[in-house]
Amino acid sequence: MSAAITTPPAAPTVSRLERLRQQLLSRADSLPTAAALVIFVLMLAYGEIAYGRIFQLSTVSNLFINNAHLIILAVGLTFVIISGGIDLSVGAIIALSSVCGVILANAGWNAGLVILVMILIGSTIGLVSGVLIQYFDVQPFIATLAMMFLGRGLASMLSTVPVRLDEASGILLLGTKIKLIDGPKVNDLVITPGVLIALLVVAAAFIILHRTRTGRTVYAIGGSEHSASLMGLAVVRTKLFIYVASGTLAGIAAVVYTARLGSAQNITGIGWELDAIAAAVIGGTLLTGGFGYVLGAVVGALVLGLMNVLITRDGSIPPEATTIITGGILLIFVLLQRAVISRQRE
Amino acid sequence: MSAPPIVEMKGISISFPGVKALDRVDFRLFPGEVHALMGENGAGKSTLIKALTGVYTIDEGEVRIDGTPRRLGGTADAQAAGVSTVYQEVNLCTNISIGENVMLGHETRGPLGINWRDTHRRASEVLEKVGLGELDPRLPLSTLSIALQQLVAISRATVTDSTVLILDEPTSSLDANEVENLFTVIRSLRDEGVAILFVSHFLDQVYAISDRMTVLRNGTFQGEFMTADIDQATLIATMVGKEMKALDSLERASSRREVDRSGAPVYRAEGLGRKGSLEPTDITLHAGEVLGIAGLLGSGRTELARLVYGADKPEEGTVRLEDAEAQIASPSQALAARIAYASENRRDEGIIRDLSVRENLILAVQAKRGWARPIPAQEKNALVEKYMNALNVRPADPDRPISNLSGGNQQKVLLGRWLATRPDVLILDEPTRGIDIGAKTEIMEEVIALADEGVAVVFISSELDEVVRLSDRVMVLKDRRKLTELLAGDSLTSDTIIATIAEESAPEDPGSLEPAGTGASS
Repeated sequence: MSAAITTPPAAPTVSRLERLRQQLLSRADSLPTAAALVIFVLMLAYGEIAYGRIFQLSTVSNLFINNAHLIILAVGLTFVIISGGIDLSVGAIIALSSVCGVILANAGWNAGLVILVMILIGSTIGLVSGVLIQYFDVQPFIATLAMMFLGRGLASMLSTVPVRLDEASGILLLGTKIKLIDGPKVNDLVITPGVLIALLVVAAAFIILHRTRTGRTVYAIGGSEHSASLMGLAVVRTKLFIYVASGTLAGIAAVVYTARLGSAQNITGIGWELDAIAAAVIGGTLLTGGFGYVLGAVVGALVLGLMNVLITRDGSIPPEATTIITGGILLIFVLLQRAVISRQRE
Repeated sequence: MSAPPIVEMKGISISFPGVKALDRVDFRLFPGEVHALMGENGAGKSTLIKALTGVYTIDEGEVRIDGTPRRLGGTADAQAAGVSTVYQEVNLCTNISIGENVMLGHETRGPLGINWRDTHRRASEVLEKVGLGELDPRLPLSTLSIALQQLVAISRATVTDSTVLILDEPTSSLDANEVENLFTVIRSLRDEGVAILFVSHFLDQVYAISDRMTVLRNGTFQGEFMTADIDQATLIATMVGKEMKALDSLERASSRREVDRSGAPVYRAEGLGRKGSLEPTDITLHAGEVLGIAGLLGSGRTELARLVYGADKPEEGTVRLEDAEAQIASPSQALAARIAYASENRRDEGIIRDLSVRENLILAVQAKRGWARPIPAQEKNALVEKYMNALNVRPADPDRPISNLSGGNQQKVLLGRWLATRPDVLILDEPTRGIDIGAKTEIMEEVIALADEGVAVVFISSELDEVVRLSDRVMVLKDRRKLTELLAGDSLTSDTIIATIAEESAPEDPGSLEPAGTGASS
């Protein structure tokens, strides 16, 4: 090694242009989220032009009311996916938790207690997944798949027919429609406590992910779990937290959904884990981990919900084709993400 | 030294199944000194470091930090005790910002959670100490080169006001200037009273930076020396337990060999290039010749190798094999054409961690045959035995997971993997990086033996001395283009190569990252 070698000094003197390019690059990971937002607005505009009565208070209200549970699930999945994992159990948690909840409520349990039990069912299943993943080194896919079968099976053992919630049950209060703005005809801005819960969940998740060490550790684990543990971060605790949070949020989603529907069934929520994953991915969360936003998950869930509305309104698209369109949108976003990543690698 | 040691390890023993990695090793580290930990691969350096950082549990012995006995249960424990580590492979997260990588776990928190403005401000302050004050801490870490990431990792270690800083092979991917920069940082930390444990395979660097050294061999303590009191020959002898004559015998081994360049070249590419990776370059490889590729980090060495091997698809250029037109756009085509490439990135592109030595070794042969035709067990064993013996892989147990082997021995297994495919062209990208002198010598001897057997070898190394020693011909690269080719001979020394690169240093491209006029001083 000789000091005669002349190379640029380590302190980079970058041109202004280069700095601008880097700054754009640093925002590149939010591009898919921005794209999701754009697509959402375009879908709204298209719906308004083609079918009318989309861009109005009642439609937006219903969009939130009907998808509150999906938003909550997608937020939970966002945590899991950012950390580089996956949670397939959330749909089954909804089934087990809601069937359990309705049966207990009809047996005369106090509504508040029932809600607590419903949420804790989710937390418990999440905890088991987390322990399996963290301490028994089981792949997240397998661990949560096992929990999915377990949850679905337990729900089926409790009941195989739809169980209706007593009309007097306090749980239904969470599904009460509260008119905020009384618009002309039926064009009202309506909200339910369930929607409020979803919004609170989103806000809490946003703060946790962006403003707490636990949240930042989630990102670090997604970047490199090995590095995160060598950095002395609380990897074990955080990973447990992630799966417990995802399960708990699934429990909360079960409460919100049951309150809206007023009944529960063991086959409720089949495939919802995949809807939630799709919402997170459409919202810009990378399945490989490390990148993603809670707000993206919200937009993703709304895109999926709006798509259903548009298909219903159109009438000429058979409902069976819904999944094809979902798949198409998902594919477009994944391709978009790949483009962003490959540009970042350069 | 009057002050008591900040770290004192006494009689440390650590065993792994079948191996005694450390056998009653003593080690002490004083505040305000740079202490080099020396030894061959497998001597126990990494194990000792991991014992000190709490990654491994100690079977026997005692660790005292600042006079108090400690039982360290993990990295977080070690950090709490004031011990920070920067590993050879930069262990940061490329998906988050530079500032966050520095501050992760130590962010400023306010009533609203993390205060990002203040966190980034503090990150800037810390980065300033390692000469990176100009960086925008909000940029993603992935925008930085490995060398700068290394400095970021070091500045992360200083956030915690560590009293002990462990640097494990911090210079293995840095060029001379970056090393000088790093040394300035190390010296200023030392002057602030930080105790620095420095591990490097570059003897010159160890002599340049360290005050004291501890030598390990085969997991045992060989002695502690003041750097000023021990000369290189004695040090090497202590490390390997025998006088190192091998490197000397390799000296200019190439110049004694005659290469026949009259026949059709085994491989010949004209205008081989790919946008953003390498400008169109001609490269010719002859049977029995070692072609060295010299250049600084980022000069296009690896890019060239990847293009030849088809790991990156060439966008332009023609390739002829033995004078027959050919196209190599993927590794499987390259393998079929008997071209093999051992990547510089041993960890990610070389070994398969969870597989055994045996499986790692036969991987390429099996890939070449296709998965439908498994190699018969007998043939497999013969192959594995042959190459493990020929390359002196230790421990000689083919069923051990490869991740248990030291870096040098992993490298030998990888070399064996490609040799087993009986290549006509073998590209070795930094085969000697991060491994000890003993293994280095063995690998270099193997390269010469291969050339003698008629293999065309491409040897890439940032150690110019090695390139000069081994090569029959040297291609010099700079800024992703070929400068020239030099034939081996008495006039070819590392100084001539450096001069060739330095002469070309005035950049004409205004868009280049290099500030103009760096070459003026030379």
